[in-house]
Amino acid sequence: MSVLGPSPTPIYQGPFTEEQATRLLWRAGFGPRPGDAERFAKLGLQASVAALTRPQGRAQLVGTAPHDDKGRPLDPINVWGDDHCWWLDRMVRSNHPLVERMTLVWHSWFATSEEASNARLMINQNWTFRRHALGNFKQLLTDVTVDPAMLLWLNGNTNNRYSPNENYGREMFELFTLGQGRGYDQDDVHQNARALTGWTNDWSDTRGAVNFRFESKLHDDGVKRILGHSGRFGWRDSVNLAVHHHAHPSFFVQKLWGYFVGAELPRRTAGELEAAYVRSGFEIRPIIEAVLRHPLFYEGPRLVTPPIVWTAGMLRASSQSIITADWAWIASLTGQVLFQPPNVAGWNYTQWLDTSRWAGRLQAVNTALGKNTLQGKKYPFGLEENPSDAYDHAIAFWGGQPLSDLARENLLELGRRIQHGQNQKWEQVEFRNLRQNALRALIPMTPDWMTA
Amino acid sequence: MSDSPDPRTPRPVNHCDGFARSQAIRRALASGVRPVEREWDSRMPIPAGVGIDRRRFIAGAVGGLALVYGAGRAGLTDGMLGDGIARAAALQPATSPILVSLFLQGGLDSLSLLAPAGDPTYAKLRPTLAVAPGSGGQFREDTSLTWHPSAQSIANLHNAGKVLVFPGIGYAGEDMSHFTSRHYWEVGTTDASLTTGWLGRYLDLTGDPTNPFQGLSLDGQMNPTIATARNPVAAIDQPDNFAVWVNGVWGNVQEWTLESASSLGDRQRNHHDPAVRQVASAASEVGVVRRTLKPWSKDQSNSSSEIDPGAIYGSSAIYPSSTDDDLPARLAGLASMIAAGVPLKCVALSTNVQFDTHSSQAQTFDTGVKLVSDSLAAFQADLEARGIDNRVLVHVWSEFGRRALENGSDGTDHGAAGTSLLIGSRVNGGMIGEFPALDRLDVNGNQVVNVDFRGVYASLLEQWFDHDAGAIIPAAARFPRYQLLS
Repeated sequence: MSVLGPSPTPIYQGPFTEEQATRLLWRAGFGPRPGDAERFAKLGLQASVAALTRPQGRAQLVGTAPHDDKGRPLDPINVWGDDHCWWLDRMVRSNHPLVERMTLVWHSWFATSEEASNARLMINQNWTFRRHALGNFKQLLTDVTVDPAMLLWLNGNTNNRYSPNENYGREMFELFTLGQGRGYDQDDVHQNARALTGWTNDWSDTRGAVNFRFESKLHDDGVKRILGHSGRFGWRDSVNLAVHHHAHPSFFVQKLWGYFVGAELPRRTAGELEAAYVRSGFEIRPIIEAVLRHPLFYEGPRLVTPPIVWTAGMLRASSQSIITADWAWIASLTGQVLFQPPNVAGWNYTQWLDTSRWAGRLQAVNTALGKNTLQGKKYPFGLEENPSDAYDHAIAFWGGQPLSDLARENLLELGRRIQHGQNQKWEQVEFRNLRQNALRALIPMTPDWMTA
Repeated sequence: MSDSPDPRTPRPVNHCDGFARSQAIRRALASGVRPVEREWDSRMPIPAGVGIDRRRFIAGAVGGLALVYGAGRAGLTDGMLGDGIARAAALQPATSPILVSLFLQGGLDSLSLLAPAGDPTYAKLRPTLAVAPGSGGQFREDTSLTWHPSAQSIANLHNAGKVLVFPGIGYAGEDMSHFTSRHYWEVGTTDASLTTGWLGRYLDLTGDPTNPFQGLSLDGQMNPTIATARNPVAAIDQPDNFAVWVNGVWGNVQEWTLESASSLGDRQRNHHDPAVRQVASAASEVGVVRRTLKPWSKDQSNSSSEIDPGAIYGSSAIYPSSTDDDLPARLAGLASMIAAGVPLKCVALSTNVQFDTHSSQAQTFDTGVKLVSDSLAAFQADLEARGIDNRVLVHVWSEFGRRALENGSDGTDHGAAGTSLLIGSRVNGGMIGEFPALDRLDVNGNQVVNVDFRGVYASLLEQWFDHDAGAIIPAAARFPRYQLLS
């Protein structure tokens, strides 16, 4: 196991119990499998973070391979929704969870929708995000800039010298590298669009967009003035100018911090992270390792867990795999369909819940319970079960993550109400089943489970 | 740029239409029909309220809702919020005004909605996208302008005096970022850090701490325009598909389980941690929304004979049908909720159609504008048929207009001045401001703003809600007021 070096920022010194380990597992992965929190608590902070940021070997998918309702393997390229399920499966089963989590961060950072392309190109892009998940941001931006799904999404493929299209040129500064209005103006956007000209593709009747390439005759090779520099810039220069601009490190650090920590980024910590980022030549891993060890990561307020992370977490906690392709449309009810971010800015991580998406999450719980719903003439835990036992059995179903006292008391009240609601002796088995189903359904709906 | 355009025309993007399909599946789920391409799973729909008496929706006013509450109450303890709804409905005068905010996502092209079709400068700026002279109706207040043919139903409403057009709306120093500009419109000021919507602040000042329906998003998620700091608001998709149920649980236990979830929300909605508060508030408000919308829901007991939405809604209006945008269904549902006396004040929704037409503009614009126009005309007709049109004003807006010069991808880039509409029976039909001249574009080649959107917001608050704009729109006194109502 790798050992982490010193951090450019302070390191959390408080107790690292299952509570802290659980937060780390939810925020830097997709929640604990049974026993994970205990294992991490024993490892301690440094080794737990290292296990996530420096996974050994190639990623392995552990457990049963995914399939649809009829037992057919997923076909992510050709069947609607199977792309979503394909990635959800990796979130559930990969033994490199932070790599998948960072892939999700880049998917939201460079939000591209399959509405403009197709599953084949989106999955190719997804592998680009995964390859650079904890790698180098400049290399990531380089690859994203000429990624076919992105070229289609932000019109890079029709941006040519005859008539520049500003779509990618603007978002590159605003959303990907510098932040809205930070050190650039409309003329920089226009000149940047000129530098990015030259990419094009062909169209195939059967395969859609194909043969993406740079054609120098479509490129505007004139002099451009971008972010205070002049030259006959091309797309690689454009990437360079953006990443080396003085407004980039602060944008990068602030944005990345926001994905992992609920507390505001202290100015001093920001400065230290920015310096480390520039010093490393725009490496992502050292910044992540600093953030995951920072005191505010553990001491700061909770974060609402994104719907897809929470969904993967339910399946991991209950040791399940993907056995239905329903997850694709269920995801639309919860507000996060993979490969379909709502717009170029990605998902809004500050507002995941409202009445409609709460109802959608309950549908997701119903799907996760699926075949685990108890019914019939037998109750597996015996008829002597009291409300407290019933609660324990339901908690155990979800891998044993404890709830707050208030949430626990609320569920015990429900358990007692159902016990009293039974009128006839012959209803006893049925009411035990109903109670267990009800308690199991409500556990992932608690704030304890939906936030970390 | 002085070179002739690239002769090779790129083909339109050949996308897989996944979003449209997910919407279709969502609709199918809501109406109890099995989703396309996948086996419908019989495990899924055991909707909320099974085993509880259902009353047919009764159009009318407050009585309808009170009846609903009577029906749902047997054997149940209504939460504090539920009583709030009933009280709000009872207290709200049958004539109280409702403002509907409809956001056209992406930046609608003003130069296509109302086109100076005969202007040679226009033809030069829009070699492939220009609207042909005579292809649509003439604009009454400025005869040099032609309505886009897809906007025929709006043109008709305008001719009937029910549409007020702002053809050059925006703000000085227009921000060409979607997110920033949209945010400014949502919060009602050019402040990037404000976190409450302009209608949200109105609801915080005048609303009820127990009535989430006072601010209703029909987007299936919260709409920032009605985001409040204190008072509850709700998000639904359509009133007939707010599906909440727990798998493997039935009878009274179903109701108790859902109540338990909401009661934990009630207990934690003032929690010190904002993330916990977000989850808890949603859970708490789900309880109210669920009980209030019960008459609209479709459950298994009647799924064998598909309910005719026309019957449940009692609507004579004909809404357009669309496979990729729920706008018509949402507006139809809204008309029925207003008629039923659901205590609404501010309603916000967005189109699914994105008007961010950087390429292949004609296609997206034509279908999008037609859908929006026909839906709004049907909504107006619906309200009129129900006799509640005097209570409702619809504000239609987009974050900016588009660049005057088209971009060579058969599309247009982000612009400045845009078009906004106010629709309703009480509106001062006509035009405010003027169509920004094409020979006086700004340094970026965009149309210049002549009406500030904040002046319209301030006028709406004062004239429609009879409320001091200064308490809601920062520096409201700086902006001119416009006569919005007749």
